[in-house]
Amino acid sequence: MTCDTWQPKIDAYLDNELPEADVRDVASHLRSCASCSSEALARSELKRSIHLAAKSYVPDPEFRKRIQNTVSPKVAGRSWNWAWTAGTAFAMILLVIAGSLLWTRQIQQQQIIGELTDLHVATLASANRVEVVSSDRHTVKPWFQGKVPFTFNVPELQGSQFELIGGKVTYLDQNPGAELLFGVRKHLLSVFIFKDSPELDRALGSNGQMRKLSFNLASWSDNGLRYLVVTDAARSDVNDLHARFAEAAR
Amino acid sequence: MWPGRDNANEFEQLAMPLFASLYNLAHWLTQDRSEAEDLVQETYAKALKGFNSFQPGTNFRAWIFRILRNTFLTSRTGLNAVKTVPVDEADEPESFTPVTRESPESILLARADHDAIVAALQKLPLPFREIILLCDVEEMSYREIAETLMIPLGTVMSRLARARRSMRQLLAGRVQGAYR
Repeated sequence: MTCDTWQPKIDAYLDNELPEADVRDVASHLRSCASCSSEALARSELKRSIHLAAKSYVPDPEFRKRIQNTVSPKVAGRSWNWAWTAGTAFAMILLVIAGSLLWTRQIQQQQIIGELTDLHVATLASANRVEVVSSDRHTVKPWFQGKVPFTFNVPELQGSQFELIGGKVTYLDQNPGAELLFGVRKHLLSVFIFKDSPELDRALGSNGQMRKLSFNLASWSDNGLRYLVVTDAARSDVNDLHARFAEAAR
Repeated sequence: MWPGRDNANEFEQLAMPLFASLYNLAHWLTQDRSEAEDLVQETYAKALKGFNSFQPGTNFRAWIFRILRNTFLTSRTGLNAVKTVPVDEADEPESFTPVTRESPESILLARADHDAIVAALQKLPLPFREIILLCDVEEMSYREIAETLMIPLGTVMSRLARARRSMRQLLAGRVQGAYR
């Protein structure tokens, strides 16, 4: 078969839409044909880039609330005459709410820090850890213009033990954000920055420190932005970097 | 007819996780935040109202995306967009012809440019833009796309191939323009 026969199958192969037998044939051809293999790589990279770039539009939290109110089932307007029933129900609701709030907050916090730890580990494992490679904060910050729906200040690191390695766009719960990678001695620190939201605030609080799989994490909110640090470096390094970001944000 | 309380609960559980995806597609279709919000709001209202007609066990995502798309196509912006788009391709298998003005290298070069991808998507004709978004962003299967767009499976494949080729040509043109 000539390459012209294989080329139309490459899209279906990359979209996971080929029958099993064809998948083996295409994979085997790609291993032996440099031209088709290069074409498949380009198409796969384009598919991935579109996937990342086209998730550009994030709904306003207020709008989400409006839609949520529209679709939430209305409570039936049945009236109860027995005061004790209402009182008991009210007390039970209060208990349930208090318990579930605590429980939900913990679950949400664990989900978020689990996801961020995964992102940090994925960055460390990647051959291309950052998309903008520069130790110059005046190069890294402008690179994010138009890629994330906010702006932020990168701290001055001259004379400190930290070095800026670069950054890339990342996503948390489908919201775009910035991931900055720093080095300190032989350790790496990921600083994630997202638009703050009531969900993040509820789960993480305004300022907090956590641990997950022996990674040190810190989270704080400043000027409408949510900062999160994940690293295997010492807690004192995390605090130092936090202070530098807080200073830069002033 | 509005659904009962149990149905409304089920609707909320099925529909709200798709909110961000529906909004993203609405924004890509309308190219305007306020129109996108109106479109999503109308989609949810229509879907809630018609939820009794949804067959349990069938694909809810394809169903609600179809409502969004049909609502858009009957809106003023949608009608204008359709008017400016050339008549769709015939349902025939895509024949591969190499695109000589582009190369994998040029595509890789353009890949780094987020703005280039966004600009190229915005320039694509509506049928091409929506099928790429459903496949590459929403990661729908060809069958789901066929259900959403109400077109045969063969048309999904041929339209997708044409859309991707147009996308590559737009990106290649942009890269060549930048290095002239």
